Amino acid sequence: MSGIDAAAAQAAEAARAEPTAQTVPTGARLNPRPRAWRSLLRPGILIPALVLLIALAWAVAPGLFTSVGPAETVGPALQAPSGEHWFGTDATGRDLYARVVYGASQSITAALLAVLVGLVFGSIIGVTAGAVGGRVDEALMRLVDVLLAIPTLLLSLSIVILLGFGTANAAIAVGVTSVAVFARLSRSQVVSVRASEFVEAAYGSGGTFFSVLWRHILPNSLTAVIALAALQLGSAILQISTLGFLGYGAPPPTPEWGLLIAEGRNYIATSWWITALPGLVVVLVVLASNRLSRAISDGGTA
Amino acid sequence: MNAQANAHTRANAHQHSHTAPLLSIRDLAVQYRTRQGHVDAVRGVSFEVRAGEVTAVVGESGSGKTTVAQSVIGLLASNGSITAGSITLNERRLGTTELVGLPERRWRDLRGRCIGLIPQDPGNSLNPVQSIGKSISESLRIHGKPSRGEVQDRVHSLLEQVGIDNPIKRAKQHPHEFSGGMRQRVLIAAALANDPELIIADEPTSALDVTVQRTVLDLIDRLREETGTGVLFITHDLAVAADRADRVVVMRGGEVQESGAAAQVLAQPSSEYTKQLMADAPSFGKLVERETIEVAGGPGAGAVGAVSGASAASEAQLVEVTGLRQVFGRGADAFVAVDDVSFSIARGSTHALVGESGSGKTTTGRAVAGFSAPTAGAVRVGDAEVTSLRGAALREYRRTTQMVYQNPYGSLDPRLTIGQTLTEPLQNFRIGTRGERADRVAHALEVVALPPEFASRRPRELSGGQRQRVAIARALIVEPELVVLDEAVSALDVTVQAQILRLLARLQSELGLTYVFISHDLAVVRQIADTVTVLQGGKQVERGAAEAVFANPQHPYTQRLIEAIPGASLTSGHWEI
Repeated sequence: MSGIDAAAAQAAEAARAEPTAQTVPTGARLNPRPRAWRSLLRPGILIPALVLLIALAWAVAPGLFTSVGPAETVGPALQAPSGEHWFGTDATGRDLYARVVYGASQSITAALLAVLVGLVFGSIIGVTAGAVGGRVDEALMRLVDVLLAIPTLLLSLSIVILLGFGTANAAIAVGVTSVAVFARLSRSQVVSVRASEFVEAAYGSGGTFFSVLWRHILPNSLTAVIALAALQLGSAILQISTLGFLGYGAPPPTPEWGLLIAEGRNYIATSWWITALPGLVVVLVVLASNRLSRAISDGGTA
Repeated sequence: MNAQANAHTRANAHQHSHTAPLLSIRDLAVQYRTRQGHVDAVRGVSFEVRAGEVTAVVGESGSGKTTVAQSVIGLLASNGSITAGSITLNERRLGTTELVGLPERRWRDLRGRCIGLIPQDPGNSLNPVQSIGKSISESLRIHGKPSRGEVQDRVHSLLEQVGIDNPIKRAKQHPHEFSGGMRQRVLIAAALANDPELIIADEPTSALDVTVQRTVLDLIDRLREETGTGVLFITHDLAVAADRADRVVVMRGGEVQESGAAAQVLAQPSSEYTKQLMADAPSFGKLVERETIEVAGGPGAGAVGAVSGASAASEAQLVEVTGLRQVFGRGADAFVAVDDVSFSIARGSTHALVGESGSGKTTTGRAVAGFSAPTAGAVRVGDAEVTSLRGAALREYRRTTQMVYQNPYGSLDPRLTIGQTLTEPLQNFRIGTRGERADRVAHALEVVALPPEFASRRPRELSGGQRQRVAIARALIVEPELVVLDEAVSALDVTVQAQILRLLARLQSELGLTYVFISHDLAVVRQIADTVTVLQGGKQVERGAAEAVFANPQHPYTQRLIEAIPGASLTSGHWEI
C-alpha cells in the first residue's frame, strides 16, 4: 500500500509539471469511511452487536459478572427471580444467573469451534471444487450431497457416539453437519467469480492459477461465506444446546446452556424461570448473530 | 400548483388552434431524492410531439432523457418527483389532459390505452412463463375488450401487423422461442394493442444487431405512417435519430441543448454540444486521424517486442490465422462457432473482425489471445504457435498479446485499487523492482491520459470511460505487440467512444501496436480498421482492405450490413467522409 501511495505522490508532481488534457472530476469523490461508521451505529446493528459482546464477555471473564460460582449452593432450591438471584435458583439451590454466565464459555466456545470446523473444511471442499472444476468438482459435490441427505441431528448424534461424549466432541459433530452448507455456498461463489472478466484479465496479465485464486477469486467470494459463518454461529449454539438437552453434550454438573434448559424441564409447571430464562438468553444470542449476519451480507453486496 | 393551472389554460388555448400537438412538455423539472441530497435530473425541458411524427430525444447516459420518458408515462422511480412544469396529452377521447399530478387511477386508464411503451431490452421485458399472445393481450384485457374471441383476433392481427409469420401458432409460444428482434416486434405489438395516440420508444434497438435494428426501426416507421401515432423516441444514437426523426431534441445534464426539425439541427447544429456530438458520432465525423498502414513492417516495428523481437521484425505479418475452427460440445449437441477462418495482420495495423452476435468474432479473437483452444487450425503470432502453448509458455505469450474487454464494469477487480490492478502484471512477469513499478504505473496512467492520483482509487469511483482507460493501461503496461480489443468501445457513450478511439489510434502510432478490433459497429470499424474480416454464422464471408470492403462490398451479407449502418440519410446528403 505504502509503495502505491508514494507512487501517487510522486506522480502527482509529475502531473503538475505536465498537465493532462483530460478533465477528471476530483471533487465528486466520496470518502466512504465516515458513512461506514455511521451505518454501524444504527440500532439494528448496535443492539445485536452489544448482545454478542456481552455473551462473549461472559465467556471470556465470567468472574466479572457474578461473584458466585456455578456449582455453589447459595440458598433454598427453586427460588423465583429476585434482586439477589436475578434468574432465581435451580433444583439444588444454585444461582441460575451464575450458571448461565459460566455456561457461556461452554456454549460459545463450542459454537465457535463448530463454525470453525464447518467454515474451514466446507470452504476447502467448496473452493477446490469451484476452482478446479471438472471431475474433481463432480466427485466432491456428490460427497457433499450425501452429507446433505443425512438428517443433521441424526448425523451429529452418530458422530458424538463415535467420538465419545463431551463439549468438544459435540462441537465437532455440529461442525460436520454444516460442512455441506459451507461447501455449497463457497463453490457457487467461486464459480460465479471465476466466470467474471476480471479473473480472465488476471490470467491475461500472466497470473498463475494459485495467484489468481488468492488475489481475485477468494477475496471476492468470501463475503457471503463469512456472513454464513455468523448465521451458523446462532444455529450452532442451538444445535449444541439440543445435544446438551438430549444428554449428548457436556456431563451434568457443567453449566452448559442446553443442559440448564434440560435440567429445568421437570419443574416447568411450578418454576418456569429455570427453563425460560436460559432459553431466552439462547434466543437472544441466536437472534443477534442472525441480525449481524444479515448486516454483513448486505454490506458485502452494497 | 399555480404554474400548473397556468399551463393548463395555455394548453387549452393550444387546443383551439389547429396545430395542437399530441404531447406538449413545458418547463419540466424532475428531482430525485438520494442520500446525498436532492439531484435535479431534468431542468426546464420543453418540447412537443405531433401526431404522426417522430420526436427523438438524444443524449448520452445521465442526460435525463429516460427520466423525461418516465415522466410522460407516469412511471418515475419512487424517489423521483416532478417539481415544476406541465405535460399535456391531447387525448382522443377526453381532450387535453394535464399529466402532472394525475391520480394513479387515471394513469392506469391512460397507460396502454393512450400511451404505449416500447422498452429498451427485449431480453427481459417479456414474462418468460407467459405465452406471447397472453403478454400482448394483457393491455387489451385491462382496458376491457369484451370477448375472448375478439381479443384473440386482435392479437393475431397485431402479430401479423408487426410481421410475424404464422401468428396463430406463434401466439401460443413463449418468449424463449423468439430471437431478440422477434421479441422486440412482440413488444411493439403489445404497445400498439389499444391503438395508442402516443408511443414512447426508450432505446428500442440498442440491444439489437445492426440489421435487426434496421428492420425494427422500419417497422416502427411503417406503423406510425399507417396509424398516425406520435412517437417519442429516446436514443443515444445520433445517426438513428437522423434517419428516423422529424424533430430532434438534444439533451445534456438534464437540459435541452438544442431542438428543432431534424434536418436543420443535424445539418447545421448551433449549439457547441450538438456539434461535438456530430463530430464524435462514428457515422458522421472523422474521429481518428490516422495513416493507412503499409504492408511493410517499418524500421521501428520490432523495438517493442520483448520476446520475439529481432527475428519477427523481418516478417511483415505479425499474426497469421489459418483454417481456424472451433466446435463447442460434442456429438449431437456440437455447435460450430467458427468454421475455417483465415486472415493475416501486418505489424502495426488494425484488423477488424466484424459480424453480428453469434457470428464467432469473439471466439476468433479469444483464440488469437490464447484464451481458448481451437478444435482445428493454426494461429501464429510472431514466432509463437498460439494453439500449442501451455502453462509457462502460454503465460510468457501473454506478454506479447493482451486483451481489452467490452464491459469496463466487469473487467476490473472491484476490491483492488487501480494501482494494485496495474501493478499485478508487473509482479507476475517480474518486470522492474518494487520502486520502478510505481513509476511504471504512473507512466501507464499518463499514457492513457488519466491523472496519477487515480492509482489509489477503486473502480467504483471511476466512470465507464475512465475504467476502460484503466483496462487499456493494464494491457499496455507489459508492452505487448498485439492487443485484442473485444467490443472495447461498444458500451461507451459516443463522446467517450470517440476519445477512446483517438487514444487507441495515438497509442498505435506511438508504440507501433497491432490491434485485433472486434466490433459489431461498422461505423466505428470504418474509422479505425486497415483490414477487415466479415463473419457470418462462424463463416468468413469477406475479407480485405477496409476501404475496399466498405466501398465495394462483394458478399450480399456485407452489403446488407453496410446498408444497415444508421445515418445514411444525412451522410449521403450533407456530409462527406
